Amino acid sequence: MSITYLEAIREAQARALRDDPRVFIYGQDVGEFGGAFKATKNLAREYPGRVLDAPISEDAIVGLAVGAAIEGMRPIIEMQFADFSTVGFNQIVNQAATLFWRTQVPCPITVRLPFGGTSGSGPFHSQSLEAIYAHYPGVVVLTPATVEDAYSLLLAAVAIDDPVIFCEHKLLYYHLKAEKLPTEALPIGKARIHREGRDLTIVTYSAMVHEAAAAATELATEGWEIEVVDLRSVKPLDTDTVVASVARTGRLLCVGEAWPWGGVTAEVIARVTAEGYGLLDAPPQRLNAKDTPVPYHPNLWAAHRPTARSIAAAARNLLRT
Amino acid sequence: MLPTVSEPPAGEVGALREAHLGAFRFMLRARLLDDKFAALYRAGKIHGGVFLGRGQEALSVAVGISLVKTDVFAPLIRDGAGRLAFGEPMLDAIRTYLGSALGSMRGRDGNVHRGRPHAGLLPMISHLGAMISVVNGMLLARQLKGISGTVGAACIGEGATSTGSFHEALNQAAVEKLPLVLVVANNQYAYSTPNARQFACADLADRAAGYGVAAHSVDGTDLTDCLATVGAAVAGARAGGGPQLVVANLLRLCGHGEHDDASYVASALKKSGLGRDCLKIAEDILLREQWADAAEIAVWRSAALREIEDHVAQVQREPAPDPFAEAWTALSSQHLSEGQVQ
Repeated sequence: MSITYLEAIREAQARALRDDPRVFIYGQDVGEFGGAFKATKNLAREYPGRVLDAPISEDAIVGLAVGAAIEGMRPIIEMQFADFSTVGFNQIVNQAATLFWRTQVPCPITVRLPFGGTSGSGPFHSQSLEAIYAHYPGVVVLTPATVEDAYSLLLAAVAIDDPVIFCEHKLLYYHLKAEKLPTEALPIGKARIHREGRDLTIVTYSAMVHEAAAAATELATEGWEIEVVDLRSVKPLDTDTVVASVARTGRLLCVGEAWPWGGVTAEVIARVTAEGYGLLDAPPQRLNAKDTPVPYHPNLWAAHRPTARSIAAAARNLLRT
Repeated sequence: MLPTVSEPPAGEVGALREAHLGAFRFMLRARLLDDKFAALYRAGKIHGGVFLGRGQEALSVAVGISLVKTDVFAPLIRDGAGRLAFGEPMLDAIRTYLGSALGSMRGRDGNVHRGRPHAGLLPMISHLGAMISVVNGMLLARQLKGISGTVGAACIGEGATSTGSFHEALNQAAVEKLPLVLVVANNQYAYSTPNARQFACADLADRAAGYGVAAHSVDGTDLTDCLATVGAAVAGARAGGGPQLVVANLLRLCGHGEHDDASYVASALKKSGLGRDCLKIAEDILLREQWADAAEIAVWRSAALREIEDHVAQVQREPAPDPFAEAWTALSSQHLSEGQVQ
């Protein structure tokens, strides 16, 4: 018996619906159809009246969630693709994210963003938007890399009293598997050492954790021991765990699938440079997607985003300096 | 529409009289409070903008007075009268404009951006049309919780009907058959943009059919018409009739804000029926119907002025927000604020 990353997300939502009558799910095609990726499969049948199809209106979908949250509900919103959340951007960053600060009334909404590139998906079904949302005060941004975290962080997201942007990577949906669902988990805001090493730290999150781990395996054959830190949550960002890792290795490579400008990798490097400059044996480096829209063709897409191969190459360069 | 024409029974006349008297006093207090804010603004006592409801009090008060305390109200920038009628304490307005730390927004937000969400009064964000779907969410949540008979009203201007948020939210309310009353104050200008540059349909009320919702048109200068029409729309929503679109025609009798001299407003419009002052018309109704006399109205006016002066004097003695006492975190879960994670 094994469970996929996608099934874990479905199971977390089922449990949230089961355990908390305040929870409901709202999004396009989430009802009887079970969602574009089947993340809400059978939930409308199991929880009648609590898994609701929405019109194609991302702005109104998020606005409705905020109103329901004011009334004490805990809505889970499914954006069909992270890319479309930009249509609801205003309600997320200006309505949901400011509500508590302005009024002291909490806004417990969870916005699920199926994000990241998959082969053939092109510019508008591949985006990674965690940095955009993390830029705004008043939101928590989660980026699970494992089946266990997909489950436990989603439950944690629904449980907290603040808006959560839950970035679930589409590439992990079907292929990433675990034996069973976790019974305990690290809290939101704690990073995790995915793989231990002493020569270089790779800080990353979501699907890139697995690319980085593959790069580390490749580099191990060359005698290098690479530490991989999985941020789990990009906001709040666990600076302590990152700096502690850099203290062990002296070298930092940050990897993100998102675009480079002002992103999570830049933030990590800024923090390590400010707080742990003396720990660094070489200038910190980062590897991101190229600064273009995400290309459609597999040949272009594979070159656009970081891969195990390009991460290993960047790590080798850094190990030589 | 005028009550005197059809000679309603005595009980209804009494109710009509009470509604007009109550509404007029809210309108008067709102107008005088606006005048005070304008004076404080000119004296440099207010940080940021001041936005008045002059010319829109009849419509606004009709919304506030038609709702009950357990309803939801999302006012916009010209709804001082409706806020008072819905039950917003006058102190909330003064404290927010003057930035008192004791106000509901505690200096974190100002002027018209005030409210008490748990009292059903939503604090608007500046992005027009964005509050409508929030009202929808509160109404849907109540349906999910099995609470019935509640109504939500959202006020917007004709300019906001051009936004995607307006379209998405009105369609959403129609799909869910929510008891939403969407009140459009067509005051002829969105800041400086005249209607001819804002929309091309003959009447904004015609749009209701396209959404599958009920339409109501009202003369926004006439308190009697506003009370009857908005009241009917609220009753229709409460009775299960689904969303109601109310379009009121009127003219903004001031600038967009007090920084704006409104020199772009066409003089022909000012001289037209739209340019009538709804407060003066309401006063004329009271006098004509002999529901009040000039002496009574003068007493109400002086009582309102005293109330305003007393509140302003009180708030001016209240503490301003202290940056050193500020938590500087936007999250309710303070342990998850950046720099706080242990």
